[in-house]
Amino acid sequence: MKFMVIVKASPESEAGKMPSTELLAAMGKYNEELVKAGIMQDGAGLHPSSRGARVRFAGKNRSVIDGPFAETKELIAGYWIWECKSLAEAIDWLKKCPNPMESDSEIEIRQIFTSEDFGEALTPELREQEDRTRAMAEKNKK
Amino acid sequence: MIASLMMGRGRRNEEGGGGGGTSVAATHRAIEAVWRIESAKIIAVLARMLRDVGSAEELAQDVLVTAMEQWPQKGVPDNPAAWLTAAAKNRALDQLRHRSLLITKHQELGVEMEVRQELADAAQAEKLERIDEDIDDDLLRLIFTACHPVLSSEARVALTLKLLGGLTTDEIARAFLMSEPTVAQRIVRAKRTLTEARVPFELPKGEDRAARLASVLEVLYLIFNEGYAATAGVDWMRPALCEEAQRLGRILAGLMPNEPEVHGLLALMEIQASRAAARLGPKGEPILLLEQNRARWDHLLINRGLAALARAESLGALGPYALQASIAACHARAAQADATDWPRIAALYDALAQLTPSPVIELNRAVAVAMAYGPAAGLEIVDALLEEPALKNYHLLPSVRGDFLFKLGRMTEAGAEFERAAGLTRNARERSLLLERALDCTRALPPG
Amino acid sequence: MKFMVIVKATPESEAGTPGSAGASAAMKKFNRELIAAGIVKEGGGLAPSSKGMRVHFAGESRSVTDGPFTETKELIAGFWIWECKSREEALEWAKKCPNPMDGPSDIEIREFHRVPYLPEYKSEYIAT
Repeated sequence: MKFMVIVKASPESEAGKMPSTELLAAMGKYNEELVKAGIMQDGAGLHPSSRGARVRFAGKNRSVIDGPFAETKELIAGYWIWECKSLAEAIDWLKKCPNPMESDSEIEIRQIFTSEDFGEALTPELREQEDRTRAMAEKNKK
Repeated sequence: MIASLMMGRGRRNEEGGGGGGTSVAATHRAIEAVWRIESAKIIAVLARMLRDVGSAEELAQDVLVTAMEQWPQKGVPDNPAAWLTAAAKNRALDQLRHRSLLITKHQELGVEMEVRQELADAAQAEKLERIDEDIDDDLLRLIFTACHPVLSSEARVALTLKLLGGLTTDEIARAFLMSEPTVAQRIVRAKRTLTEARVPFELPKGEDRAARLASVLEVLYLIFNEGYAATAGVDWMRPALCEEAQRLGRILAGLMPNEPEVHGLLALMEIQASRAAARLGPKGEPILLLEQNRARWDHLLINRGLAALARAESLGALGPYALQASIAACHARAAQADATDWPRIAALYDALAQLTPSPVIELNRAVAVAMAYGPAAGLEIVDALLEEPALKNYHLLPSVRGDFLFKLGRMTEAGAEFERAAGLTRNARERSLLLERALDCTRALPPG
Repeated sequence: MKFMVIVKATPESEAGTPGSAGASAAMKKFNRELIAAGIVKEGGGLAPSSKGMRVHFAGESRSVTDGPFTETKELIAGFWIWECKSREEALEWAKKCPNPMDGPSDIEIREFHRVPYLPEYKSEYIAT
């Protein structure tokens, strides 16, 4: 099951504040564990909303509003995409995460439930083939 | 900053960006953005109408200039793509009518008929909405034409980036560390060569097709490598080449979904690009693949690359790009360096060596074989390469041999090889690493 | 330049009504255009927050709350990851997007942090 793990913004992230070296190290280690466990599919941080923009759709109209956006609670600062067996597994992993912010913070988990084949996305058939190839390779390993 | 946390990095990316600026400047930027999105298709359609890529590009350029002049005052149209396309087609029709008049003057009946037919076709096309497939065909024709083997590699690269990448001449120049006039000249000459050689605006067929496709793939990989192995300059245009090559690769994969090597090349580019963030250390020092922090690998790109590779595999026997991608995939799949499937990599190099034999591939095969089956096996392969003229001044040959000898406990010989390698490399950092290894060999020797 | 293109949630998307946020024919067509242009790398629709959860971080403590979450403005319904040449290009593509919802809606464009490519020389075992 694929999940988006959403790091909600905070005043620090919106201010573009650098985290401490300890936090950087802790997060680095956490990310390594996610990779080793085969859970990590993607992850990144986003620039503060001051560099962002919104496009508002109303009928046929499209209007562009430049950031920053004042309501921090409506913003995200970063994300991961994880492949887990269940929501419970994802929550277990998430609890191990170091606090991504200096202050209190929140991370939200939502299942990705529709996904177009964007060219190179692993469709279930391709994923199956991938697994078969990998299994064969395992067998042939000396 | 959250980004550093997400990937455990300690650096902040300082790009310029953001909106604002004067209204005219902002409109120009918007026009450039629309141009980048639409220009390849517009040029492709014009090239079909005018039967000439050079005229198509010039005409498209004229339309762009007009938009740049008019839109700041009149405002950007609601559907800017449609405006540009319509303006371009109208000018093309004008040009065809003009040609038709000229021909009537000279009374060349045969050609007149052809041009009148063109006009009729064009007028018909104006009435009908061009369906997506037709535009796809035109785009494919444009790709093949820009990569025509009658042009030099450099010319193909420049023309592809101009016509398909929507890059400006200046951007291309910056990307390749050349002057703008040089690039402009190169493009002018390339277009002229295509016209003089009467290269038809058609898709290659039959026997021709494989070679022509190989030419296209070669151009894309050249562009990718220029960005990937950027050896000087921090200009943002250089790494952007990597992205552009991948984008063009994705477009090609969409237009030619049944070509295995197209997916193979795309897989290779995406998997290689996935390692970009891990290749340099905090002081800017290069980090070897086996020592890279795999948490810094871009797993989105890895997954995409693996999917592209699976698609290539499903389409038949693996060609050279797909084989190289398979090797890269072996590394990408290993969560840690010691989980690498070396026997598989060795077998893949074997297959690659049979398809495209080369001493460098053989050297790489030796490394894989050594990792899989021990240094003695690798040494056997390397020893057979010692007389290779192509590798005479290639520092990696003695470097690899030194590594095998070291692992076999033959310290004196190993030290000599590392010193030889140090003498051959022009890179200061590499030289000091090799000399360090030579020293290790001396230290490992029993005293006396 | 890499962008996250965020479809903000609406009461519609939170209600999970079929045909909202992503299913429409116009949206499928738009996705095909994105694919044809080679700029989209990933995308997806998220299940409504009633199926989601939040973990709250306070010092060393972690507390878990089940969805749904009532402040719709704080939620996202879907996303894309695009690779565009510039912010303006991302905006132009976003303007082409059909309205992802039946009613008024917002799409937010945010730029990724990227580690800059630094000059280096090529030397890796194995060459690829």
